[in-house]
Order: sequence, then C-alpha cells, then structure tokens
Amino acid sequence: MKAATALLALSLAAVASAMASGGGQRDDDERGRAAALDPTYVEECGACHVAYPPELLSRDSWTAVVGQLGRHFGVDASLDTALAAEINAYLQAQAGVYATDDSEGQPLLRITETDWFRHAHRPGEDGLYRGVFDSEAVRSPSNCGACHLGAARGRYGEDEIRIP
Amino acid sequence: METIRACVVVVAAMVAAPAWAERPADFLQRFEAEARGADAAFSASAERGRNWFESRHGRDWSCSTCHTKDPAVSGRHEVTGKSIDPMAPGINAERLRSARQVSKWFRRNCRDVLGRECSAAEKADVVAWLIAAAPSTGDGQ
Repeated sequence: MKAATALLALSLAAVASAMASGGGQRDDDERGRAAALDPTYVEECGACHVAYPPELLSRDSWTAVVGQLGRHFGVDASLDTALAAEINAYLQAQAGVYATDDSEGQPLLRITETDWFRHAHRPGEDGLYRGVFDSEAVRSPSNCGACHLGAARGRYGEDEIRIP
Repeated sequence: METIRACVVVVAAMVAAPAWAERPADFLQRFEAEARGADAAFSASAERGRNWFESRHGRDWSCSTCHTKDPAVSGRHEVTGKSIDPMAPGINAERLRSARQVSKWFRRNCRDVLGRECSAAEKADVVAWLIAAAPSTGDGQ
C-alpha cells in the first residue's frame, strides 16, 4: 500500500517534470544570459515569429507594439484584452533600459531598426554578408531562427550561430 | 486500493494521450450547424474548402500563400519566413483541438486574407478540407 502510493507519487512527479521541461530538454547549458521566456508570451507572440527577447526594446516601444496588434506590420495579430494586458505587463517588466526611439524621438516598433541590431548585424560581423537577410533561406532580418539555432529558446550565443 | 488503481489508470492515460479538449469533427459539426442557421440546406464540402483555401479573396494572400496548397506539409510565414506546422489534423495532432486557438486563428487570418471575419459556411468547408486532406495517422480521436 505504502509502496503503491510512493510509486504513484513518483510517476506523477515524472509526468509533471516531463511536461514542464518540454520532453526532457534542459537549459542548464545556457550560458547564463537569457532568462526563461514567459510561456504565455511564447505561445501568443512566438507563433508567426520567434518570441523576441523582451530586453531588445524599451518599455515605450513595447507599449506601442502591444497597442496596435490588430495592425501588426500588416498582419492581424489581435489578442483579447486580458491576454494583451498580461503580455504587456511581462514586456514592461522585462523591457530594455535604453530608449529605442527613431531620430524624431518616436518609439521604434522593429527590433531590427534599433542601433544595437544594425551594429551587431552589419555586413562582415560574425560572417554576415551583404544580402543575407534577403536570401531565400533567411528572407527577413526578423527570422532570427534562420541563423540563431537556439532562438526559439531565447538563446543567441555566438556558439549557436550558423549562417546559411 | 481501488482508488490507487483508478489513479494509476488516470496517470497512464495522461502519459498515453494528451488531454485534448475537442476533436476536429466537433468543429466541423459546430460550423456546419451554425451555417444552417442562414441556409438550412447547407452541407460542408471539402472540395469547396480546397478551392477557397487556394484562392485569393480580393487581397494579396490566400490561405495557401503561407500554408501551401497541401495541408499535409509545413508552410512558411510569408512575412517572417518562420516555419508553420502542417494544418491537417491527420498529420498534426494539435490542429483543430482547441476552440480558443481555432477561433483566434480564423479571426486573425480571415482578416488578413479576406479583410473580414469568415462566415460559418466558409469555416465549415475549410475544416472539412483540412480533415479530408490527409488521413489520420494515429489515435487521439
């Protein structure tokens, strides 16, 4: 009886742990930078594109992005009010500390237009060549996962880059 | 002891199959019933759904622009390039399993492709096509 109960508890724990870790993958090998992404954020914002690291835009930029999800870069990405509020709270808490504004002081909506992105992804850097973002394999600079193999898990370390 | 046995069965079931809230056929039935409110003689047609899926509706995109014409294969987002898992529930067991997901994606994608929400008849036809497009490969029904 005791043994059966213990066995049950063990199997429940095993199921819970398998579910939590998404099939046994562990992120212990992560080099410490990226915090685990919020699961709701990943589910809602990681379907059409990678769930971008929240720290890559400022709070003002995220407010602007979440405020117009019905017209999200030409696509309808609308969410119900409660979900949008939950995701916005997460983004506000995790947003970057530096302003990501355009030259007129308006918040940028695209990570790929920030000074940081342009600098880190300039031709010649880490094997990047001119035109790579327009290539068939990449197609868009927003397609992080085309080169950053761990992008879906929030990992952008240099050891996980493979430029197609 | 009976209780424990029952628990073990429950745990085994959890491991064997995900707890799907709904089945693909539920959505077909639901949209068909809704469409009959407007047209009592309505009956979903996979062939009509296929044509509709592949056609543009006055805008730049069709459903197949991103999902391809074959629901059994992976598609690719036209803007971001991100891979999209197959739409056919017979190939991808996650499709047509959650009312929240089905409603969210029809709302968004219909606005992108048609500039409006889809009618129940359009949804019934396209669901019939997705179900018919690829035979089910496994359990979970």
